[in-house]
Amino acid sequence: MSTEVHDPGAYDYSQRPARLPVDVDHSNKDLAIPLQDRVEMYELQQVLRQFEKRAYDLFMQNLVKGTSHLSLGMEAVAAGFGLALRPDDYSFATYRGHAHTIARGAALGPVMAELLGRENGILKGKGGSMHLTSVEHGMMGSYAIIGAHLTIANGAAWAAQLRGTDQVAVAFFGDGTTNIGAFHEALNFAAIWDLPVVFVCENNLYMEYTPIDVVSAVPNPAADRGPAYGLDGIVVDGNDADAVFHVASQAVARARAGDGPSLIEAVTYRHGGHSRADPGKYRPADEVEAWLERDPIPMYHQRLLELGVPEGDLAAIQQSVAGRVEDATEFAKGGSPPGEEHLFTDVWAAGGSAWRN
Amino acid sequence: MAELSYRDAVAYGIAQEMRRDPHLVMLGEDIGAAGGVFKTTVGLLDEFGPDRIRDTPISEQAILGAAMGAAMTGIPVIAEIMFSDFLAVCWDIVANQMAKSRYMTGGQVSIPVVIRTLNGGGSRFGAQHSQSVENWCMMIPGLKVVAPSTPADVVGLMAASVRDPDPVVFFEHKSLLAGKAEVPDGELVDELGTARVVREGTDCTIAALALMVPRALEAAERLAGDGISAEVIDVRSLVPLDTQALLGSVGKTSHFYTVEENPRLCGWGAELASIVADEAFWDLDGPVIRITTPHIPLPAAEALEDMSLPSVDRIYETVRKTLA
Ligand SMILES: Cc1ncc(C[n+]2csc(CCOP(=O)(O)OP(=O)(O)O)c2C)c(N)n1
Ligand SMILES: [Mg+2]
Repeated sequence: MSTEVHDPGAYDYSQRPARLPVDVDHSNKDLAIPLQDRVEMYELQQVLRQFEKRAYDLFMQNLVKGTSHLSLGMEAVAAGFGLALRPDDYSFATYRGHAHTIARGAALGPVMAELLGRENGILKGKGGSMHLTSVEHGMMGSYAIIGAHLTIANGAAWAAQLRGTDQVAVAFFGDGTTNIGAFHEALNFAAIWDLPVVFVCENNLYMEYTPIDVVSAVPNPAADRGPAYGLDGIVVDGNDADAVFHVASQAVARARAGDGPSLIEAVTYRHGGHSRADPGKYRPADEVEAWLERDPIPMYHQRLLELGVPEGDLAAIQQSVAGRVEDATEFAKGGSPPGEEHLFTDVWAAGGSAWRN
Repeated sequence: MAELSYRDAVAYGIAQEMRRDPHLVMLGEDIGAAGGVFKTTVGLLDEFGPDRIRDTPISEQAILGAAMGAAMTGIPVIAEIMFSDFLAVCWDIVANQMAKSRYMTGGQVSIPVVIRTLNGGGSRFGAQHSQSVENWCMMIPGLKVVAPSTPADVVGLMAASVRDPDPVVFFEHKSLLAGKAEVPDGELVDELGTARVVREGTDCTIAALALMVPRALEAAERLAGDGISAEVIDVRSLVPLDTQALLGSVGKTSHFYTVEENPRLCGWGAELASIVADEAFWDLDGPVIRITTPHIPLPAAEALEDMSLPSVDRIYETVRKTLA
């Protein structure tokens, strides 16, 4: 019989020791990444940051109903992969999928309009924030039940393998997702079929409100599981777009060459709460502070300056992005609520919803 | 015309479609080299090779997820779930993902998947390998649901299901596998959403599905001996549902029965009963009566299982007593 005394304080996660970010690896500056690509990744991170800040504001104004899960602080992962992928590759994301949808090239206006539940939304208002999809950009969906889309990404990779194209499928998911069966089924399945798929764990250290290390048997919830399926456990600084781009490019090249799947754990942190207006109080204050200090965007700004990009160029990018976000907001606010005619369409391929004659 | 078992009709129907569409692939546990746990896929590996007939690990979510992902990126897929009871293990992919993706994405994705699965009782397998779960699927918007009762319907409805651009759950009945019947020569393509009057009658309508169809027919034969003329309808397709066939028949007979293998609550017949009550109330001369398995997990022992599933005797007695 256990003699341990129950200590309710042990479950106040905000009192646990902080898990701190790694220091910036300045040698990543020397990675062979064309400056043009770096500027693009900078711009993309700016777009994701400014778009989602606006989405949060609109949520607080009650214009975004329901829920939304932001990637503020995690932009470097979407940006690094966004650039490493070819237009005909496939992305699969979670409900935290705004960034991955935009990173593949979806227009900001229809995405914002979807968050506002408007007819001009990218899903006609039928999916909402958690299901962003843009098939024309290879963004094959945002999935809100933990785990499923890892298995679905396998299918897209299988289709590419069957067709003999060298397309690659990428599945983004959270640290919490590594503890559901579908994660393990998907990794084994991809490994035995040598599928051209890249599994990307965005380890932001928390599932919803529980720290991932409290519920995982190993310290690196994704990478440490890789070897069980014959996969290397790759851990990367998820707050450094160059580092992400580098490992992404390697994994994508490996998949294209027919050498099978990869598993990447990108360690990062969300600046805000899990969803909606969650203040994230379950996190130690010094931990939040340290990660805010390690914000991927100012760090990358600094790196580009060091690489010789003029401050004026970066300021111009910031400004033009602000304009695009403004335009997207106007586009979204200008959309009307979807009419009743949309209620009964798109259940079946034939267009309608009839289940009887 | 060739005589074919229901079991062989499965592989025959799949082969017909795989010859037609070189992109069509199939995956599942033990379907290739072993020819299927129920020998329903014998010969397919030999004819179509390991790229198109793929054995998988015991990973139902991975199987259906792969089917969905391939389908939405242009490759039609037949996926086998060995026992329909196992749909519970991968229900997320079926009910939340395949069924809803087209709608949620405003029509951006198509999921041309057929989930084949062995369904139903009579094999003394107990409560986890004997269920009839068509109703699980019927209640999910976005899924089509088919359950053939004859070898010819297996072939024709398989073709219709494969050619349908939406996800279809295709229930093959374990206790019908050995039965043989004529299957017409040449390409056979049936139509989803069509019921069939398998015995004409004037005194009552009996709607049945899969294994319950031959039982309803046998009961009708006995009822005829008592001077009762029962019309038997093989529903075949639950979604889409051929309500016109059902309502038309009730208009003629004024009495409606369902014979369902599922446990009582929310069985497929409950929906049919509701439709008949709503739309054919003034045609009815008596209550709508559902003949179902009682609301219990299915027992294993032969004696107990036989007491549970609607039998010819129970169908016959119920109709005779309630129609008198
Ligand atoms: C199967 C399932 N269980 C639980 C949930 C509720 N849920 C939504 S998000 C979430 C946390 C997921 O954490 P993680 O995978 O780390 O992703 P993150 O939100 O941190 O990006 C949970 C538990 C769900 N959507 N699906
Ligand atoms: Mg997380």
